[in-house]
Amino acid sequence: MAERETPARASRLAETGMAALFLAPSIILFALFFFYPFEQLVLRGLYRNNAQGTNLRYVGWSQYKDVLTGDDFRAGLVHSLQYVLYTVPAGLILGTLLAVAAHRKLRGIRIFQTIFSSTVATSVAVASVLFYVLLNSQTGVLKVDWLNDPNLALFGVSLSSIWQNLGLSFIIVLAGLQTVPTELMEAATLDGYGPVRRFFRITLPLISPVLLFLTVVLVIFALQAFAQIELISRGGPAGHSETLVYKIFQHQTPDQLGVGSVMAVGLFVVTFIVTLAQFLLLDRRVHYGD
Amino acid sequence: MGIEAEELVPGVVVAGPRSEAPPEAPNRSWLAAVGWYVLLIGLSLLVLLPVWLTLMRALSTPAAAVKPGASPFLPHEVQWGVFRRAIDQGNLWAALGRSMVVTILITGGQLVTSVLAAYAFAYLRFPFKRVIFALFMATLLLPIEVTLLPNLHTVRDLDWFNSYQGMAVPFMATALGTFLIRQGFLGVPSEIRDATRLEGYGHWSYLWKFAVPLTRPVIASFTVISFLAAYNQYLWPRAVVTDSNNWSTIQIALRDLTTTPETSNIAVAGALVAAIPIVVLLILFSRQIVQGLTAGAVKG
Repeated sequence: MAERETPARASRLAETGMAALFLAPSIILFALFFFYPFEQLVLRGLYRNNAQGTNLRYVGWSQYKDVLTGDDFRAGLVHSLQYVLYTVPAGLILGTLLAVAAHRKLRGIRIFQTIFSSTVATSVAVASVLFYVLLNSQTGVLKVDWLNDPNLALFGVSLSSIWQNLGLSFIIVLAGLQTVPTELMEAATLDGYGPVRRFFRITLPLISPVLLFLTVVLVIFALQAFAQIELISRGGPAGHSETLVYKIFQHQTPDQLGVGSVMAVGLFVVTFIVTLAQFLLLDRRVHYGD
Repeated sequence: MGIEAEELVPGVVVAGPRSEAPPEAPNRSWLAAVGWYVLLIGLSLLVLLPVWLTLMRALSTPAAAVKPGASPFLPHEVQWGVFRRAIDQGNLWAALGRSMVVTILITGGQLVTSVLAAYAFAYLRFPFKRVIFALFMATLLLPIEVTLLPNLHTVRDLDWFNSYQGMAVPFMATALGTFLIRQGFLGVPSEIRDATRLEGYGHWSYLWKFAVPLTRPVIASFTVISFLAAYNQYLWPRAVVTDSNNWSTIQIALRDLTTTPETSNIAVAGALVAAIPIVVLLILFSRQIVQGLTAGAVKG
């Protein structure tokens, strides 16, 4: 390295230039499709439009106040949070159940592990079509009328997500279980711990970081739900299953862009707070193994 | 922003070495094994139930399936032509082709941009590195659901509605890929870089001859999950495709098959066709998929 000492400054400069070149494609795309639109969202919310989207009129934060305290946004937010409530605990519990059941030495266990992961082969759209067919009130396989019931429509839709998330939840929890040292379980067994106590006292604390990760993933999935709503319930009946993203999608026309932008900022804030809160609140209680 | 860049990507978990499944106590093992098999088979049937019920519905003649007393677990007056009809009615081969083009563009683009960016973050010294890295990770907080409306505006201005570039370009850079591949590069022993430097390899040749080949497992699992995510996309193509006859991807084409409940059988058949490429991918690359999906959850 000694012979490089003299041109150190030049090589430093060359390295910076190279870094700029390597980072440029990502930076340009991020600027154009992530940061610029985010800035646009925040600014758009400050303007009201006429029907053509021309003639913007600056209205300051009043539109934010109107939209965020309005019934439409509140309904969307409530439905999105309901969707979180329906899908996340179910995903955690079912994923853990499947993973615990399939985490053992048995002949043919790989077959069961493949079946339990199989729903990752479905997209949201594919899962939605299957549940549209299962739940439809006229020809539905399950012979239920949930999609026409204001109180049950969103729950019906959420079944598709619960099912579709099974594979991912199973894979993630199983990966967590595989990190629990066998010796620890054997020692606990020798100490007279039964299987239930072993699970709650040893396994669960050790896999809690994995469950936290899964929680964050599932919450974000739930807050982003769109295709499920569009394909299964079309937001109905009478808007009772319109989530935030569904409402944002409906606000594409120029005259509604301001309102839609404020809703999108609202969605961003909710996602941000939820993600942050999960890290901060659970961080202390979660056991991070060495 | 209140949190460290590193924490935006959930890669914070440090875990012990992988362990085998817990051994069964030998004296009770026979009875226990039977019990576990019963449970595992029961759970398998539950997981597969939605597919089975809808497949039976797809194979049945619609009128026969809804007759009173017809069991939903069995097919009625089987008609195999339903797949053919779904493909024709939804124009699914063309839609599948478009999905493939968009997916390959997105995955290929993501690989190029994130390998280059990851290399800069892992091996090059430059000012404001931490700040730039934090900004990269901050994009994870701006999913397309949030940026949808202004991005549609941009794409309309570029006249990219109903086009491959409109569907693919906004997704060609990725913080997740950059993060994962950077982690892979950082795992390459520094002796290798030092030795190749003495041999006269510059950054460019070191990147392609050593760093990328040595990080192949990480890049492979990222490629597979990137492909999966791009193929399964719904919201963005739904928004930028206004000419659905000529530009629908296969996920969007499914929407046109669910307009009338009477043709549920065709909708299911279409959904199963749409899932086939991913089932193939899953069979061929199950290890990479598992590694990719758990990359953020478990280190090891």
